[in-house]
Amino acid sequence: MLGKLTLSAIPYDVPILVGTFIGVAVIGIAVLAAVTYFKKWGYLWREWLTTVDHKKLAIMYVILGLVMLVRGFADALMMRTQLALAYAGNPGYLPPHHYDQVFSAHGTIMIFFMAMVMMQALFNFVVPLQIGARDVAFPLINSISFYMTLVSAILINVSLFVGEFSNVGWLGYPPISELQFNPGVGVDYYIWSVQISGIGTLLTGMNFLTTIIKLRAPGMKWMHIPVFTWTAFFACIMILTTFPVLTVSMALLALDRYVGMHFFTNDGGGSVMLYLNLIWSWGHPEVYILILPAFGVFSEIAATFSGKPLFGYATMVIATGIITFLGSIVWVHHFFTMGSGADVNTFFGIMTMFIAVPTGVKIFNWLFTMYKGRVRFEGPMHWIVGFMITFSIGGMTGVMMAMPAADWVIHNSLFLVAHFHNVIIGGVFFGYVAGLSYWFPKAFGFKMRDVWGKWAFRFWFVGFYLSFIPLYAVGLEGMTRRMNHYDNPNWHPWLLVACVGVFVLAAGVACQVIQFVFAAFDAINKKPDAMDLTGDNWGSGRTLEWSIPSPVPHYNFARLPVIRGLDTFHIEKELGRPAPLTELEPIHMPKYSAVGPVLGACGLVIGFALVWHIWWAVVVGLVVAFITVVHRSANLDVDFYVPVEEIRADEEAFAKRLAAAKAAE
Amino acid sequence: MSENHTTSHEGENHGSYGSYIVGFVLAVILTVASFAAVLSKAFSFWQTIAVLGVLAAVQMVVHLIFFLHMGVKSASQRQNLYAFIVTALMVAIVIIGYLFVLWDAQANMMPG
Repeated sequence: MLGKLTLSAIPYDVPILVGTFIGVAVIGIAVLAAVTYFKKWGYLWREWLTTVDHKKLAIMYVILGLVMLVRGFADALMMRTQLALAYAGNPGYLPPHHYDQVFSAHGTIMIFFMAMVMMQALFNFVVPLQIGARDVAFPLINSISFYMTLVSAILINVSLFVGEFSNVGWLGYPPISELQFNPGVGVDYYIWSVQISGIGTLLTGMNFLTTIIKLRAPGMKWMHIPVFTWTAFFACIMILTTFPVLTVSMALLALDRYVGMHFFTNDGGGSVMLYLNLIWSWGHPEVYILILPAFGVFSEIAATFSGKPLFGYATMVIATGIITFLGSIVWVHHFFTMGSGADVNTFFGIMTMFIAVPTGVKIFNWLFTMYKGRVRFEGPMHWIVGFMITFSIGGMTGVMMAMPAADWVIHNSLFLVAHFHNVIIGGVFFGYVAGLSYWFPKAFGFKMRDVWGKWAFRFWFVGFYLSFIPLYAVGLEGMTRRMNHYDNPNWHPWLLVACVGVFVLAAGVACQVIQFVFAAFDAINKKPDAMDLTGDNWGSGRTLEWSIPSPVPHYNFARLPVIRGLDTFHIEKELGRPAPLTELEPIHMPKYSAVGPVLGACGLVIGFALVWHIWWAVVVGLVVAFITVVHRSANLDVDFYVPVEEIRADEEAFAKRLAAAKAAE
Repeated sequence: MSENHTTSHEGENHGSYGSYIVGFVLAVILTVASFAAVLSKAFSFWQTIAVLGVLAAVQMVVHLIFFLHMGVKSASQRQNLYAFIVTALMVAIVIIGYLFVLWDAQANMMPG
């Protein structure tokens, strides 16, 4: 009846997990009780859970991403404290089997459920506003994407308390991930949560590529598209070309494990190397999928806070395109040691080094944007300066490792771990946090207190160097990654420093939480100087999203904007906004739908049931999902018109706020 | 409204009755030709393989132009073409790359 699921799968004998479970349960019950007490279930369901509005989906993505950030960060804390303790005979507090799950969960969560989620949040919020669209091309599919991501995140957290998680690293390399060596359910949790979230990401990529191609406001030519949207465009192309590869590699691994096939086994004709090629020809483009939107965020912020147009717009677009192409032909640099010959390794090594060229172009573009500008060092600008320094160091160690001969020495060492954290924290994470603080007032209509953002930056910046520069050192001394304990006295002081660093990072996370709490506090009290009246919160916004009220009305644009060039809002500020040519018209919008949550619930049931071999539940989930899709396809009542009166009232209220803001100046 | 997001259908890229008929007739001719090449036994084994390969490639082009609306005439046809080129490029990179890498590994790791 319940497949492999028995009471022994619940780890009630592991104190850390029981403690965590009690903590999660208390918080969860408190949240549910609060929603019930304030009678918000109806509101939550009607306004949020069934929404197809890209802005609300973006906010839900951000919440999911932040929760998963805390989860992944807790894993990081555990790893660093374990390595500070587990020296010279001391086993530390995490036995190897548990430690292996911790680092696997850390990697999987931070990439799939923190970085990808935050990236989709930014796509959702920014892209339609920047191109003057009223929603994405397929609003319902957008909601389904979110639910696929959400349920796979839930699935990975369920593995904490029911069964176990994968213990083979974040990419699940065979043969260790094969049934022969890993008969537990950990790898199955990994496969199905990655698989389901992959569906969500693929749908997002398809959706936003279509949106950018088809739904740009009248007059917006290709070279009028803001840089963030360009980076989203190229990231979507990479999602569409590489995520199917991930789906296939996970599916083949699942076939190996579930029906005894031999794609990647050691015997039966399987080839482990095929898996490495498959997973990395997804995995390397994946890191560019993550970093390109961060580059886009930095481009927007550099221009806004320097009071200048972005230096080298065209080169920025071209460099992004070149990175997209080169990023697809470098995957072998993840396994130079696999055993290919000099010609293969040389080709992929040189291609990897080439990527430093367009990336360097971008760094210089941002520097020249700031050069002779009126730079204002507000919160978002801190992150970009920190990013340029940190990312350049990470890029240089990357070029070092692109040399196959050097890579043979430092492959699989903590040097590598330091390198990719250097570019992912210093690039991706700094970029997404900067984007979050940059567009936060646009999403909510009030500002966060900048001082806490600056403190968060300082702790993250210092904490990053304290945590990861020591790892470069121990990596060069030969410490391999994923090590549970060690007895080399040279490594111990470095790992103590890294442990201090991770607590500095924790202070940064705490500042970010405090920033959100204060923002909510200010908003509830309607603190006057926290409100964003004009919609152009930074005063120097250049792109379309700053021309509309904050928070953005659900239809985005009362009249579709007419684009007069790059940075169209800036042009309007210089030349004056043209009088509206058309009267307000009713706006055609999609209706909210319960299809997303229902399909999400089906996905969760199917995923959980596949992990535990509960076949009847898989069938039930599939049948319900099929009926839901058919029912939706037959439903013609999917849209409505926003009445002119509502739009006019919004417009008049916005005009009043603008006038009040002007009077206050 | 003209900016109808959810239900817009552009006519230009969906072909006409005539173009579907042309495509269908070409597809039928190519299919019949393939069967004829095999059944008539007019060619040797490898010649048959080659003829079938060529006919299959032409068949694909016919499908792409007449049924999947690729071309250079209208903007949406060009978009279809670009999408196809990107896809083909990526598939080529992956397949050629895997053959390159794995063949090399085979040659270096497992002599004889």
